[in-house]
Amino acid sequence: MELHPDDLKRIARLARIAVSDAELAPLQSQLNGIFGLIDELQAVDTKGLEPLAHPLDVVQHLPQRLRDDKITELDQREANMANAPASENGLFLVPKVLE
Amino acid sequence: MSLNLSYASLKSLRAALDSKQVSSVELAEHFLARAEDALSLNAFLHIDRGLTLSQARAADARIAKGEAGALTGIPMAHKDIFVTRSWRSTAGSKMLADYVSPFDATVVEKLNHGAGMVCLGKLNCDEFAMGSSNENSAFGAVKNPWDTSRIPGGSSGGSAAAVAAGLTPAATGTDTGGSLRQPAAMCGISAIKPTYGRVSRYGMIAFASSLDQGGPMARGAEDCALLLDAMAGFDERDSTSLNNKQAATPILARFSEAYASNASTGAPLQGVRIGVPQEFFGEGLSADVRAAVEAAIGEFEKLGATRVEISLPRTRLSIPAYYVIAPAEASSNLSRFDGVRYGHRAKEYRDLKDMIERSRAEGFGAEPKRRILTGAWVLSHGYYDAYYLQAQRVRRLIAQDFQEAFKSCDFIMGPVAPTTAWKIGEKNNDPVAMYLEDIFTLGVSLAGLPGMSVPCGFGADKMPVGLQIIGNYFDEGRMLAAAHQYQQVTDWHARTPEAFR
Repeated sequence: MELHPDDLKRIARLARIAVSDAELAPLQSQLNGIFGLIDELQAVDTKGLEPLAHPLDVVQHLPQRLRDDKITELDQREANMANAPASENGLFLVPKVLE
Repeated sequence: MSLNLSYASLKSLRAALDSKQVSSVELAEHFLARAEDALSLNAFLHIDRGLTLSQARAADARIAKGEAGALTGIPMAHKDIFVTRSWRSTAGSKMLADYVSPFDATVVEKLNHGAGMVCLGKLNCDEFAMGSSNENSAFGAVKNPWDTSRIPGGSSGGSAAAVAAGLTPAATGTDTGGSLRQPAAMCGISAIKPTYGRVSRYGMIAFASSLDQGGPMARGAEDCALLLDAMAGFDERDSTSLNNKQAATPILARFSEAYASNASTGAPLQGVRIGVPQEFFGEGLSADVRAAVEAAIGEFEKLGATRVEISLPRTRLSIPAYYVIAPAEASSNLSRFDGVRYGHRAKEYRDLKDMIERSRAEGFGAEPKRRILTGAWVLSHGYYDAYYLQAQRVRRLIAQDFQEAFKSCDFIMGPVAPTTAWKIGEKNNDPVAMYLEDIFTLGVSLAGLPGMSVPCGFGADKMPVGLQIIGNYFDEGRMLAAAHQYQQVTDWHARTPEAFR
């Protein structure tokens, strides 16, 4: 798998990270180095194996725990809003989205 | 004989507090002064004397009332991945440079509010815990107290350097692919990454959720046992926190009982089988690290253990599997940083989308960007099955290999890292070269097993070497007890860097 400049622009767009033209070439070469490394996985025969998402699943089945459907969060509105880059009247401010 | 407070064990600090030789406020003052004198190491990101001293006064009051536990009044510091209500919580990133958390992480609650330890401040780390050298911090590299031209390891580099330099008797760290074990090895201290799910991830700024585990860093294994016992436990606020019977057994009880019956025989580890994987001793392992690790295994044999040759055939594959899974989870976890609700926001932008893209471009450093982009790629349409699911299948093979190995041994031992600490700047332009250094720690993380690093000597350049001890699931108590036996007959964990005595 080799990453071309158009692929890089596409994944940067998917990941919502602005990449300048000057950054493109060095980033492309670094990512291609990483992809070269992870390509080693392709040669492994994994037929019939289930993906392992929770590591302990290899020794015991752990069902996904669900909590009771009740309110557990404290009201932290003030403390949360204090971290907002821009807010007004208790609302987050963003650039205009609708005309 | 007066106690050297800077490098005392937690047990001797407890005794000093209980016998009124020293107060918690005096201890806090002592370590704050050392931290302020050692600012050039760049280990601390935020110190606030007032906050620390108020926790110390509360601890002194608890001690005076006879309500002290094993850790009450003893200072410690947190890796800046654990969120704290009072100190800033940055994750070593410009993205969160001014972030103040509305809540404390479970580990913070347990250690500081529950056990009554006194927080000295927040410790530097690689940005979002991504790195093996601590050079990826947005707030500058941490220096290794053994040689300040070298890296302390990462990502818990500030924690390791602070303990090694005697700026704190204990610290928290986190390990996603080796971030507790490798810096502990490179700074000559002890650390343990517990079984995945032992220590709550609530309030630990997320990097790769199926791998991230918090754990303690301190001078000796006994210190780590005390700390881990206080940190671990079921937490309903972490969806993967373990609440089975094995997880409910106190670590400290296992630690104390493990080799008690053989203690007087001179061979306390009689009957313990140590698996030595051939793949950990092949090409790429430097000769000085090999010699120190072999000598340490020999020491365990003198204590009564027997050596068994084993194989972990997919050791090399742990690198590509990890560098698919961890970036995939990181790209998902880090999508929350959009410059809207909290975190960095770009000053100039055209519209909402441009604001988000620029905020993320400015707020994230080079390594998180590489991992987010790698993760977005392996999760994208057409690659999800070939890369992400394939990596998860290889992960199962790696975890099965460990279970196969544990049929013939109790612990697995080998090096933590192929080399001792390298020079600052030596590898930070070559991400792949840096990733390859993680070869001996990644498998343990992928399998969710507990892994320790124990100081076991020095390399040719006089830099510390760490022995890795890998146990089966939930076996932390016995691992720590075996390491403690080793530390009764060796003094590598008690060595201190000359410039910080």
